[in-house]
Parts: sequence; C-alpha cells; structure tokens
Amino acid sequence: MAATPQTPAWPQEGLTRVPYWVYQDADLYRQEMDRVFRGRSWNFLCLAAELPGPNTFRTSDLGDMPVVVTRDAEGAFHAFENRCAHRGALLVFKPAGSAREMACVYHNWTYDLTGKLTGVAFRRGIKGSGGMLPDAQPDAQAPRQLKIENYHGLLFGTLADGMPPVEDYLGADVAEKVRRVMAKPVKPLGGYSQMLPNNWKLYMENVKDTYHASLLHLFFTTFRINRLSQRGGVIVGGDGGCHVSYSITDAVKSDDYEKAGMRSAAGGFALEAPEVLDSVDEIGDGITVQIVGVFPGFVLQQIKNCLAVRRVAPRGLESTELFWTAFGYADDDQARTELRLAQANLIGPAGFISMEDGAATGFVQRAIIGAGDHQAVVEMGGRDVASNESRISETSVRGFWQAWRARMGL
Amino acid sequence: MATIDPRVQWQVENLLARYVHALDDDRLEDWPGFFSSTGRYRITTAENHAAGLPLCIVQADSPAMMRDRVAALRHANIYEAQGYRHVVSSTLITRAEGAIVDAVSNFHVARVMHDGATLLFATGRYIDRILLGDAPLFEDKRVLLDSRRIDTLMAIPL
Ligand code: FES
Ligand SMILES: [Fe+2]
Repeated sequence: MAATPQTPAWPQEGLTRVPYWVYQDADLYRQEMDRVFRGRSWNFLCLAAELPGPNTFRTSDLGDMPVVVTRDAEGAFHAFENRCAHRGALLVFKPAGSAREMACVYHNWTYDLTGKLTGVAFRRGIKGSGGMLPDAQPDAQAPRQLKIENYHGLLFGTLADGMPPVEDYLGADVAEKVRRVMAKPVKPLGGYSQMLPNNWKLYMENVKDTYHASLLHLFFTTFRINRLSQRGGVIVGGDGGCHVSYSITDAVKSDDYEKAGMRSAAGGFALEAPEVLDSVDEIGDGITVQIVGVFPGFVLQQIKNCLAVRRVAPRGLESTELFWTAFGYADDDQARTELRLAQANLIGPAGFISMEDGAATGFVQRAIIGAGDHQAVVEMGGRDVASNESRISETSVRGFWQAWRARMGL
Repeated sequence: MATIDPRVQWQVENLLARYVHALDDDRLEDWPGFFSSTGRYRITTAENHAAGLPLCIVQADSPAMMRDRVAALRHANIYEAQGYRHVVSSTLITRAEGAIVDAVSNFHVARVMHDGATLLFATGRYIDRILLGDAPLFEDKRVLLDSRRIDTLMAIPL
C-alpha cells in the first residue's frame, strides 16, 4: 500500500473512532516502530525463566528491531540490539542457547554478554600491514543497550530514558493482577508462533476487546466456559494502554444469550472429555479467566489453569508474528503440568477459544483496503477510558488508542 | 538392520494413506476411528521436541478428545472454508515387534482456501506407533512440525 503523502488528522469524535488509515500507512508504520516500540514503552522481551542460568541468551524484538537478551556469568540480565558494531550483521541467529561470549560471523568481532565490543579481528593487521589506524573507534556504532526490568519473572526492556518503573507503567490495579499470576517462580512448558495477516494493532485491539470474547469464540459459550453474565470486570491502568479483564465463573443459569436469540447460544452438545476444562482454583480467588494486555504488545493470560505469555512482533505493515509461551509453576507436580498441557488445547493457532482471533483481525485488514478514509466505531461502554464492571465494553480499546496517540502525537 | 516384512510395510503405508485421504476428503468424523481406544494424537514443533518441552499445538489423549475437537470444528469454531492436501512419503519402520510397529514418515501439507489461495502450510514428520491386526490402528501419533511458525490458524488436524 502506498504511503499517504500526508497523514490525515484524527477524527474529531476522538477515541470513539479509529480511522482505517492507521492500519495501512507505511510511513506511519515506520514512525510507530520508533515512537511506540523504541519510544516511551516497556516492551516484554521474554520470561526470565527462559534464560535458565548464567551464560545463556535468547533473541527477541523491540518492534521490528531484533534484540538479544542475555544472562552474564553472574546471572544478571542484559538486553541489547542484535546488530554488530562493524557492518551491522546479526550477532545471534539461534532463538536461544548458551554462550560465554558472542562473535559476529561476518568478520568475527567479539562481544561479551553485556553487549560490549571486546575484540576486533586483525585490529593491528598482520605483520605491520592492514588493520585499523590507532585512533579508530570501532565501537562508535555499538549495538544499543536496553534498560531492562525483571518484573516478577517478566523481562521488560526499553530504549527510553527516565521511564517509570514497570509497576507504575501498568498502574497499581493492573500490576496487582499481574502479580497474582506471577506469584511464584515459573517454568516454561514450550511455545510456538503464529503469523497473523494483519497490522499489529489489530491484534492488540482484539486482546483488549472484551466485547468480542463470547460472541466470536463460540466454544466459550457453547460449552458454557465464559459468559458475559458472569461476574468480572475490566480494569484500565497506566496511561490507558494497560488493562486486565477477568471473570469469576459461577454455575451458569443465565439464559440471557438464548433470550437475545444470538448465534453464540446454539448449544445442544456436550464434550465427551470435559475433564480438559476442569480447573483448580490454585490462586484461591475464584478468577477462572484473566487476560492482561500491556501496551504496546504484551499479553499475560490465565485461562483456567493454562498460563501463557504472548508477544506481538510486527513483521511489516500487514504482517504480525505472535509468539506464545506456555508456563507452569516451578513446583507443579506432574498432574498439574498435565492439566495445564491439556488445557493448552484452548490456546494458540489451533486453540478452541483462540483460533478465531487469527482470522478475525485478518478479515478487518482485507475488508478496509478501500476504506482508508472511513473509521471503526468504538462506542461500546460509552466514550471514555475507565474501569468497568461490564465487559460489554470497548473501554480498553479506547485506552489503547489513548496510549498510542500520546506517543504518536496524533 | 533387520529386514522388514514387506506386508508390514504395506499395512503401515496403507493406514497412512487411508488416514490422509480421510482428512483431505473432509471426513473428519472418521479421524478418531484411525486410533485405538487408548490412542493419543499430538501436534508439536521440532523446537519444543528438541528442547524437551511438552507443550503441544493440539493434544488429544483419547479418541473422545478427538471427537470433541471434531465437534468443536463442526459446531463451534469459526474459520474460513479450507482443505488440505497431504503428501506422505519415506515411511521408515524403525521397530517392529509382534503387533507393535514404530514408523516415521515425512509429510507435506498444502492448505487450499476457498478462494483458491494455496500455501505449503506444514512440513514435518509423523512419528507413529501402530497396532497391527485385521484393521491396523494408531496407538500414538506425534506430528512433529519442522517450523514453529503457523500461518493464521490451524483448524483441521494434520
Ligand atoms: S559485520 Fe560483524 S564483524 Fe563485520
Ligand atoms: Fe479473541
């Protein structure tokens, strides 16, 4: 799609409208890589537990910028740009591994695990010829260092100076809901990624759209896992970009869906193996489903006993890679691990309650192609950004745009 | 290496052929019937497998769980009309003891969308444990994807 010569103004209705050009403009995409992902945002990098000990590394992204996350010999975490100071080659290709130092394959410049340049091959040449002049500064273009914070086992990184701590970035109420899941040391159970045929923002809006959950995902309602008539709520935190939605499931008696004659009420069949959905109230507060969305691209989920993090990596204007990592607690017994693994059938590209998300956001991208001058309507639950007991609301979607517009100056 | 009875090789390949034709012909209701009553089915990535991580993309620990997945695909889940075309080859029997046979096969799966868009959707290995008999059945089927990256969604089993 050609870039619009001049970014049009935001609709005067404000947060209740999202102009479709935000998903289509190539110049805007480049700007948001700088202003959103490499600007004043905390970006989730990976679980601290995905770096199991000293001298380990893992690759991640800051928007479209590749980064390396490491633990040095003392076990301290670091993160830096995955770009060599010399000619800019990738320093690390493997998704994860262990190493005492890193060597760029192109010309073998070496780095320690903090990202500091430690060696330049043939710096003084051979037998007095070749090499660099004595006043050369080979590290003048060193990979950029990220500031990182390990927030209860979640590693966040930023390039911005003077960011508030992650706790403040989330807001106290959202932070409390993050801590309730990350209350104990965790262990990764595995992962996969999913290529979504749409702009990254459409996926994050989908995460924050509590209104769609039981309307698009019919597995929820057909098998009566989650209905909007259950108790729960939406909390918006930080500058609007962070949210949590949660529900507390009681035995469902409500026939609101049937009364409204909605498609998602079509029932009439039961699971043969319902034990997949038996869950244990292991946190002890009755919350059975909780989704935390953190601006710009992080999701922490508890769906029954299935715990996972999701990381959004933009791969171009209309392509997004979504990384899923499921985890349990380090002290889980075999039965608890098996329960989490069985419930992992609910999530991911083949997930009973998540497979539609990969398609729905792509449907938007395809449908709006000729409608760059039109807008999405975001008026469920009013016009403001506020916490809400009802999840028949788009309050956290409006919050996302509030955070995005503040960074983009739009 | 011990010689494999060609009749065993044929039985294994015939089971695989009937299995992939059922999926490609949209006879999903027949899918659980290719498994024994204690049969398991899992799709995971070579990366998880190599790292010893147990997470699956699809995990059915019994034919009942497979029937639940078919019911969900037919009645609950929403996805665009699509079909697969499997190509299975290089079936290698790695162990044959009595009625129990272990086999590994390569597969390619093309996904064909309703509008004609065709994609090489998945490549990988079937790692199968098969019970021979009048009607050979899968006792365990592990679908090991070469890539951890799935395009859009994975509705139909592989
Ligand atoms: S680009 Fe890395 S050493 Fe030359
Ligand atoms: Fe969803």
